[in-house]
Amino acid sequence: MENLKKNIKNMLESGEIAGFLGIIEEEGHPIPFLFTSEHPEKLDEMVVPDLRYPMTDILLTIVRQYPDKPIGVMVRGCDDRALVELVKNQRILPELVRPIGVACTKEMAEYCRCNQPFPREVHYGEKVEGVKDRSDLEAVERKPLDERLDYWMDQFSKCIKCYGCRNICSMCFCEQCTLEDETLVMTGQAPPEIPIFHLIRAFHMAGRCIDCGLCEEACPSHIPLRSLYRKVREEMADYLGYVTGQDEYEKDPLEFLGSEGYEIPTKIDET
Amino acid sequence: MEYRTVRTICTYCGTGCGVLLEVMDGKVVGVLPQKDHPVNEGKLCIKGWNAHEFIYADGRLTKPLIRKNDKLEEATWDEALEYVAKRFLELKEKNGPDSLGCFSSAKCTNEENYLLQKIFRAVIGTNNVDHCARL
Repeated sequence: MENLKKNIKNMLESGEIAGFLGIIEEEGHPIPFLFTSEHPEKLDEMVVPDLRYPMTDILLTIVRQYPDKPIGVMVRGCDDRALVELVKNQRILPELVRPIGVACTKEMAEYCRCNQPFPREVHYGEKVEGVKDRSDLEAVERKPLDERLDYWMDQFSKCIKCYGCRNICSMCFCEQCTLEDETLVMTGQAPPEIPIFHLIRAFHMAGRCIDCGLCEEACPSHIPLRSLYRKVREEMADYLGYVTGQDEYEKDPLEFLGSEGYEIPTKIDET
Repeated sequence: MEYRTVRTICTYCGTGCGVLLEVMDGKVVGVLPQKDHPVNEGKLCIKGWNAHEFIYADGRLTKPLIRKNDKLEEATWDEALEYVAKRFLELKEKNGPDSLGCFSSAKCTNEENYLLQKIFRAVIGTNNVDHCARL
């Protein structure tokens, strides 16, 4: 940890980065903070906690104000997948972002059911193997089709339309969100129309969701949102061979599918 | 270039969820739920997620105002509180203590609510103590 803090201090002092977005501990509470060379002593209070904040969300907030400054950011496996996607979607310039990678512990990987609990480059922590756990999807797949709809309608009816899933999502960076479009979604009233509200989100997560699980953590009604988005992510991989968060230079389906139509392979006929 | 988060409690209801105000160069730009807060555990309702929006809203009262000559004019806190105290005593004298009442709020702390009802019950001498939900 001391080495890590020293390296970051050097990066700040040399001007390699104008700021480092990490977590600071305040009265025992770990909260996001941008460390700068103006107050290098603050780095003494930097921590790498077990809980997660949406670092790339905050990075975008900073980059919007200061698009020309190089910024360092603490990233876990999930944040790094988000960085890959943000570069692809031209939200950040890779040469202006310096990720400092943190590998997750085995406990965290299991808690998050994460299949990639480490970023591309690890500067702190020991890499552990990913967890391959489909039990959340299997639990739904075991139900016969008619029961499945009842199950989801039941879950969606708990929704209080807090927009927490959308607000905390690292991949929700659209200036105009469909969920706030009056022509498609009833605004000004809660609860939302189900299942359309949640299905819109699930479909928009195709080619976007990096499977970080922050949405489920932010849902006050404990709706198993993540299993919906994981399913969509799996389908993308199965039908189009596309997995989010892997390769900055890979084209995303909206690009490679093109405007001339695309014949989906026969797999879709098998229910 | 300065970004920091400030721990505070959402001002909207009596639940008291822990929020982090995102402050960019001295201006509040957003809200994040405080993940390790025992009340909300990293979750917020729609009001909490937008708790920062009223801070810079147009038309927000920023100074005490006293109506003089049919017009609302700016005053100091001392002036305003003196005026309220004076008028309370005058009205209590003229129309009795039950001519006065108060509305408190779930957004206030327990201590503030206690103080308000104590002033109205013990000092003014009325039990016309009510709550903002009835407005």
